[in-house]
Amino acid sequence: MDLGADEVVIVSDIGCSGLFDTFFDTHALHGLHGRALTYAAGIKLACPHLKVVVTMGDGGLGIGAAHLLAACRRNLDLTLLVLNNFNFGMTGGQFSCTTPEDASVTSGFLNILEKPMDVCSVAANSGAPFAARCSVFRKDLPDLLIEAISFDGFSLVDIWSLCPARYGKRNPLSPRNIDAAINRLPPYEGPVSANARREYGSHYREQRDKTSATVELRGTEVVFEPSIEARREVVLLGTAGERVISAGSLLASAAISAGMHVTQKNDYDITVMRGPSVTELIVSPEPIIYTGVEQPDVILALSQEGVNRRRDLFGTMKPEGRVILSKGVDLPVTSAQIFEVDFKTHAIKKKERALAALSLLARTKDPVTQQMLASALQHSFQGTSLESAIDVLDRTTRIPLEALNT
Amino acid sequence: MSVLFVEGNQAVAMGALYAGCRFFASYPITPASTLLAAMLEMLPAAGGIAIQGEDEIASIGYCLGASMAGMKALTASSGPGLSLYSENISFAIAGEIPLVIVDIMRQGPSTGAATRGADGDVQFMRWGCSGGLPVIVLAPTDVRDCFTLTVHAFNLAEQLRCPVFLASNKEIGMTRETLDMRAVEKPPVIDRALHSSGPFLPFAVKGDQDVPAFLPIGGAIPVRQTSSTHGPDGYITTDPSVIQAGLERLQRKIESKQKSFSFFDLEPRENAHTLIVAYGITARAARAAAAELLRGHSTPTSLLVLKTLWPVPEEALRTAAEDIERVLVLEMNLGQYVHEVRRVLCNARVDFYGKMSGQLITPREIVTEVLRG
Repeated sequence: MDLGADEVVIVSDIGCSGLFDTFFDTHALHGLHGRALTYAAGIKLACPHLKVVVTMGDGGLGIGAAHLLAACRRNLDLTLLVLNNFNFGMTGGQFSCTTPEDASVTSGFLNILEKPMDVCSVAANSGAPFAARCSVFRKDLPDLLIEAISFDGFSLVDIWSLCPARYGKRNPLSPRNIDAAINRLPPYEGPVSANARREYGSHYREQRDKTSATVELRGTEVVFEPSIEARREVVLLGTAGERVISAGSLLASAAISAGMHVTQKNDYDITVMRGPSVTELIVSPEPIIYTGVEQPDVILALSQEGVNRRRDLFGTMKPEGRVILSKGVDLPVTSAQIFEVDFKTHAIKKKERALAALSLLARTKDPVTQQMLASALQHSFQGTSLESAIDVLDRTTRIPLEALNT
Repeated sequence: MSVLFVEGNQAVAMGALYAGCRFFASYPITPASTLLAAMLEMLPAAGGIAIQGEDEIASIGYCLGASMAGMKALTASSGPGLSLYSENISFAIAGEIPLVIVDIMRQGPSTGAATRGADGDVQFMRWGCSGGLPVIVLAPTDVRDCFTLTVHAFNLAEQLRCPVFLASNKEIGMTRETLDMRAVEKPPVIDRALHSSGPFLPFAVKGDQDVPAFLPIGGAIPVRQTSSTHGPDGYITTDPSVIQAGLERLQRKIESKQKSFSFFDLEPRENAHTLIVAYGITARAARAAAAELLRGHSTPTSLLVLKTLWPVPEEALRTAAEDIERVLVLEMNLGQYVHEVRRVLCNARVDFYGKMSGQLITPREIVTEVLRG
């Protein structure tokens, strides 16, 4: 193929086939058992011009089958040569994923119990656009290898051979019966037209080039003076899917626009879109040392689920503390002031209540003002989302101030 | 003045890009998935490659291949994923392959609780792969450290050709904090030393150096890499003296340089009875506690915040513990790093306070514990 030594890398696996890299004076990497395809992929992505040839035994194929499937799915331009001799030679002749049921191996009777894998069939059915099965004695093997290596995409050649030291000593294997066994199976000669498609590396680079040139993280400009002089701990207790965490982020953004230090952390279950959603914020004119909320100054109690998750917090609150309570939610005993809001009668839907509660909080100017909150909205939303958010704030202003007093 | 509001994981991503990382591969796992998301967004835009591997083993494998081809590579996971990385970490050590690995620790053991923090892997990072050779582990306490220590991690991986860990925690990785980039320390970026002249032996060192010069797979000169015990030429060796010398070099290359990367903050206080030793998120509670102990209880308490966990900063520990009656080690686990502190300060009284309940250790608990002693 007229390739220089520096234009090829052999990535070998473990076992007798793992010595392959020492037979060639090319780039070479001899890695862990079953993982050759993974190093090969990293090398090919980093160095697209290299011809990457991977060798694995039937042993490595078994342990690394997940990587074989991924290679077939992906279609990165690699060539995998499976040096298939139906056993683990180096470790003494144990059975592998390709050992026939009737073979004699050093794993006792275990191979009788398992059906051997048809490597090419698995590869083709997993998306490999090139799969060939042949005997190592095949006269035109070099031509087949050239075809496989030249193929632009993932190509696999399952090469059946003898293991003279182990398998071959216990089983009648010869070039003739290898051919006979291959002929009993459906043929795989190379290109699998149903799987023909873009090569992964070039496709990846093309997609990548379509993305924007740089990603700059947007900061928040400090444009206001702080409205508080000491640390505040604010906890929003709600239900997953009701924009509780985004409301927390808005509060954070509002506080940052007044030059305050902020931390935010969230507590939720592993279930998705179900269960409580809790966000804890600390807002302070000074740098924040400890990020835990010990004694909230404000709790927005938006749902029963959320409140139940952190019942422990309510008893810790001081009398100056404030709870904005969504009517219908029961609270544990607390010394804090409670401002009950009937969101339903003011037509504030569940998904809007976190933002509405924030707006009510902002009316107290502690820890943020309505101006800061409005600025945060402008910073965080655009288009129809911004319009909807502004609409929520408008509807909240209609909630009379008297309703906030207990 | 523009202020960022980012999680620890995002700050790690920013630090990685700053350090020249252009290859990332990981498998989604809470609480590391937001780092994957950040890299998927940032790396392609910078001309890099970000891949979601079919599993953790593949992910670290891609990174090792890319690193051997000359790229700076990063992977990230949590405890369960670190367990899957183990064999490849051993390969990274044996093959002297630069790599940065972020472990955003979570409640364990095993699957544990994905959305809760812990310090369960601090010994595992050091002793979690076969062979037992040293690794470097850096531990951030906040978003600033996440940026700066990530840059240091890449620099060390490049200079010493080894895997370097960042020991993070859900409480850092997924807590958002205000970050003023103007105030963040940005170390100069260091690249791996390349072989320049003469015949190339992949694991040979010059003179009294301990780190072999690097050439990439894919370059003009063929390069050999192997996980088998090898000699300087990268071929298998069975010569006991070559083997022993090679492994001693791997150990020495890290341990002889450790003073240059023993990062820590020491806050000594006059007449202190107790020295608190802490790392990670708990160091912040310890700071708050030390301030409260002085202000509210007239109890000056010294504090040593370790930002390098491995190799153990023995000299820093010994210096901090001078004239101290009691050392108190704090950890979000059942006691792991405390064993190192006891080993190093073998004649001192070293107590442990910690828990692995998914909750932060609070300043109040620390104050109580210090006063109790």
